[in-house]
Amino acid sequence: MEILKKYPKLFQWLFLLITFFALCFAIDVPETYKFIRGQAEFVRDPNQSTYVFLGKEVRYYAFDVFWRLPPLLGWLPIWINDSLFFLMNEWMPLEFWNEDTQEFKTRPLLLEVSRKLTFFMTFLIELIREILIGGINTIVTFTGWDWISDNPWAELPGLPWTIVTAGAVLLSYHLSGRGLALFAGLTMVYISIFGQWKPSMQTLSFILVAAPLSFMFGLGLGIAAFRNKRVEKALYPILLVMQTMPQYAVLVPAMVLFGVGDHAAVIITMVVAIPPMILLTILGLRAVPPEVIEAGKMSGCNNWQLMFKVLIPTARRDILIGVNQVIMVCFSMAVISAFIAAKGLGYNLLLALNRLDIGLALEAGLCISLIAILLDKMSLAWANKQEDYFGNLTFIQRNKNILFFVGTVIIGIVLAYIGTYLFKGTHNYLFEVPHNKGISTADFWNRGVDWIFDTFFVYIKAFNTWLIQDVLQPMRALYLRMPAIATIVLVVGAGYLIGGIRSALIVCGLTLFIALSPWWDRALVTTYMATFGVIVSCTIGFIVGTLSFQNKHTASFMLGVCDIFQTFPSFVYLIPVMMLFGITDTSVLIAVIVYATIPATRYTIEGLRSVPAGLHDAATMSGVNKFQRLTKIEFPLAFPHMMLGINQTIVFALFMVIIGAFIGTEDLGQYILKALSDKNGAGIGLTLGICVAFIALIFDNLIRSWVEKRKKHLGIA
Amino acid sequence: MSDAVIKCESVYKIFGENAKKMLQEANGNVDAKTFQENGCIVGVNNASFEVAKGEMLVVMGLSGSGKSTLLRCISRLTEATGGKIFIEGQDLLKLNNKELINLRRNKMGMVFQSFALLPHKTVVENIAFPLQIKGIKTEDTINKAMEMVKLVGLDGRENYFPRELSGGQQQRVGIARSLAVEPDIWFLDEPFSALDPLIRKEMQDEFLRLQEQLKKTIMFITHDFDEALKLADRIAIMKDGLIEQLDTPAKIVLNPATEYVRKFTEEVPREKVLLIEDVMDKSTDGIGDLKVLKDEVIENVAEKILTQEKTVGVIDDKNNLIGSINPSKIINTVFGGRRNGD
Repeated sequence: MEILKKYPKLFQWLFLLITFFALCFAIDVPETYKFIRGQAEFVRDPNQSTYVFLGKEVRYYAFDVFWRLPPLLGWLPIWINDSLFFLMNEWMPLEFWNEDTQEFKTRPLLLEVSRKLTFFMTFLIELIREILIGGINTIVTFTGWDWISDNPWAELPGLPWTIVTAGAVLLSYHLSGRGLALFAGLTMVYISIFGQWKPSMQTLSFILVAAPLSFMFGLGLGIAAFRNKRVEKALYPILLVMQTMPQYAVLVPAMVLFGVGDHAAVIITMVVAIPPMILLTILGLRAVPPEVIEAGKMSGCNNWQLMFKVLIPTARRDILIGVNQVIMVCFSMAVISAFIAAKGLGYNLLLALNRLDIGLALEAGLCISLIAILLDKMSLAWANKQEDYFGNLTFIQRNKNILFFVGTVIIGIVLAYIGTYLFKGTHNYLFEVPHNKGISTADFWNRGVDWIFDTFFVYIKAFNTWLIQDVLQPMRALYLRMPAIATIVLVVGAGYLIGGIRSALIVCGLTLFIALSPWWDRALVTTYMATFGVIVSCTIGFIVGTLSFQNKHTASFMLGVCDIFQTFPSFVYLIPVMMLFGITDTSVLIAVIVYATIPATRYTIEGLRSVPAGLHDAATMSGVNKFQRLTKIEFPLAFPHMMLGINQTIVFALFMVIIGAFIGTEDLGQYILKALSDKNGAGIGLTLGICVAFIALIFDNLIRSWVEKRKKHLGIA
Repeated sequence: MSDAVIKCESVYKIFGENAKKMLQEANGNVDAKTFQENGCIVGVNNASFEVAKGEMLVVMGLSGSGKSTLLRCISRLTEATGGKIFIEGQDLLKLNNKELINLRRNKMGMVFQSFALLPHKTVVENIAFPLQIKGIKTEDTINKAMEMVKLVGLDGRENYFPRELSGGQQQRVGIARSLAVEPDIWFLDEPFSALDPLIRKEMQDEFLRLQEQLKKTIMFITHDFDEALKLADRIAIMKDGLIEQLDTPAKIVLNPATEYVRKFTEEVPREKVLLIEDVMDKSTDGIGDLKVLKDEVIENVAEKILTQEKTVGVIDDKNNLIGSINPSKIINTVFGGRRNGD
């Protein structure tokens, strides 16, 4: 009792836990309950009950209110769907002039807008794509198919791979120096000789369209939010949800609005890539010292001059870090967009994975990873590059990079021309190495996988069985055994104890949304997988981070490794695990663990590093040994930052769990994947995405509230 | 137009949501404590003063005393909550945005504590920045900026970036930038506080040299009383938003108005601050052969005077006898009690 008086919080937590378990034991599993394996929305089942809301009929299985809340929000996906359909096909029909048929045609406004947007995006992508690899579509846009058949010479020739490679090398050299230039050169040569040139350039052209557009919109909105509090307040919740929503789920409504293909993918990529740009723009502009702003004002800047001549140049680095983020998001979307038929590396990867051709998948995946690293390093180098002064240099010195590039273009063209004679009758390898003519290591990898399977099958199988039967199944059963009321009490109680009434209300709202949707069971499965992943990841990340922190070099090395791994699109992680563990939940969980360990490790190291040096010295002078210093000084101070790492770990884990649906899991992701191939899936996909985002936001809210309090307490806010 | 370039009439700056309303209700009787209880913080409390053309007013106060806030009210970087501010007879608070920008572009220059240089521009580009903002041709702005570079002694470094300069050099750029448009009014917000003591002294001397040449109307903010004494024509000492005393350095040293001001003056080496004029007697009876100039600092002539047995005569620069000083007076001033000037 003494203890409880001393720590009133402890008592409150105990009380909460006791209530939770009491509720769990008090509420029995209703006999009618079963885990729904099919899709309640699409299958008519005589056991289902129905209710009608807003004119929509919602079907559901009978629910005991204490056990599971009734799906009162079941109408939401249907309603979203119908509204979208209405907006697209019936709302505001207007007369539009049709160039082809030379007559007016009635079309709903939104459909027309979507068509125009589609046309514009397609044009942009085709243009850049054909500059890189050649084609005729751009010229067709300006003239017509008839004209093309009359003039067979009219074709954008595309750049030989030698020129693109040289361009990448020169740009890397200009941005960062020899090391990056070498890496760029090797990457491009690898892509070329392994026959991945065409899909790589398709992916690149996708990024070259999506990234600049996202940058412009993100910067504009960021500036607007910086200058107007109301805009910021309106944007903030959207940004929050977008940051935690699985990229996968956003694809579904895009299909309804823009159909499938590159253009739809670019538009939806922008939706995903703009939020981080906005956030970093606001952050960067906020970080400009007030005195610099005052200096600008005292120089007589008007608002426009202040923004573009003082604020933005001063915030240059943060804004360029935003560009880096935009590029990385675009790249990972370019891969995932394969699900809505965007061409490029992702598409090849998806095909290979579907055919279980691990060798091919590995080649594509390696390509993706290399390009991801290259893009990341290049944009970071750009952000960190400081301008040199060129005032006293001659014309040639100032423009040597451009002159060099012009030179290589000429040499490349000459080489390609020579190539037409050299490789007469076969492919011109100095222009492009076609997909099937490159070196392929697929066979080697496939044989390797087979060998691993043959040799280690028994062990892998045993491990698999043990994990699933003794760990995962019981854990899953435990999660599903929680009555909804008990879960809500636990979460809301935690919210109240950590962040007070405000936090409790927010968390309550988020949980209720999921509980009232038709997918509570699935959300529990998602949460169970994520929890398992997070626990293992945090343990590994914590240990690895702490160990590598003991030495300066290993710490930097680990951070570098984290940097590299983080640039890989999440999809890539599925390749090696499928290679080793086949199509099981184990594969998904291992991918989750690998992916989510990155932030756990990173934040552990960064947290430990952020402990002030003065404290180290003070501790050393008090005569602590290494272990005491770690437990008494470093951990307590680094802990808030490490908790933020756990926050990130949860988001990463959730993303991976959702993508894991591709391998086959029975959670929210499975539904999202199904919604992708369903023409009425938009509402379901979006609602599911929001559910996943809300799971992340519940934890986010709890952890952030705690961290803020703790930081204030420690005086390191 | 009166002689005053800057004129403040009971200027208030109060931070907080209901600041305006509370100020009206207080009816000119602002008490920091009651305001704080209602969630308002008093930055500047009833500041009234004038700065004449070519005069240097140094505002001295510790951190949180409201000195920077006062300066920002007068440059209108923050809006004053109450009172009137006149710049060359113009009512500053009534100017619209365009007029304000015009005023800043042509009449005002400001130097900042943390230099506030633009990191992406070179020295010469930074200095040319206010000119470019005005829309002057780039070539002309660079020429003018080069003049400024020479004025502050940075020739040869005009193409450096701020990150490549030392603190003192960066502040020279800041000074040059604030002078580029040839403003009449010059605001300096703790310009030397971020510098090392040796560099600070060097910059102060440099600053005095510049002012000798340029004769600007200056408001100079500092937290360093010695700096204030060294530079000022007049000093305003602020505490909790109130101006405790506004007077010439000598008068502040000799007649501190409040206990707070007296604490600053206690440690001041008077012989280095006071002039003969400040301590002389008006009577010219019974003076000896030695005569000293009235503008001499006591320290410089103390030895001469103290070796005299008779009273020493004081003359002005036209050699007119205007007063006398007894050696005992010097001893009294330097070593004696605190109220010697009477």
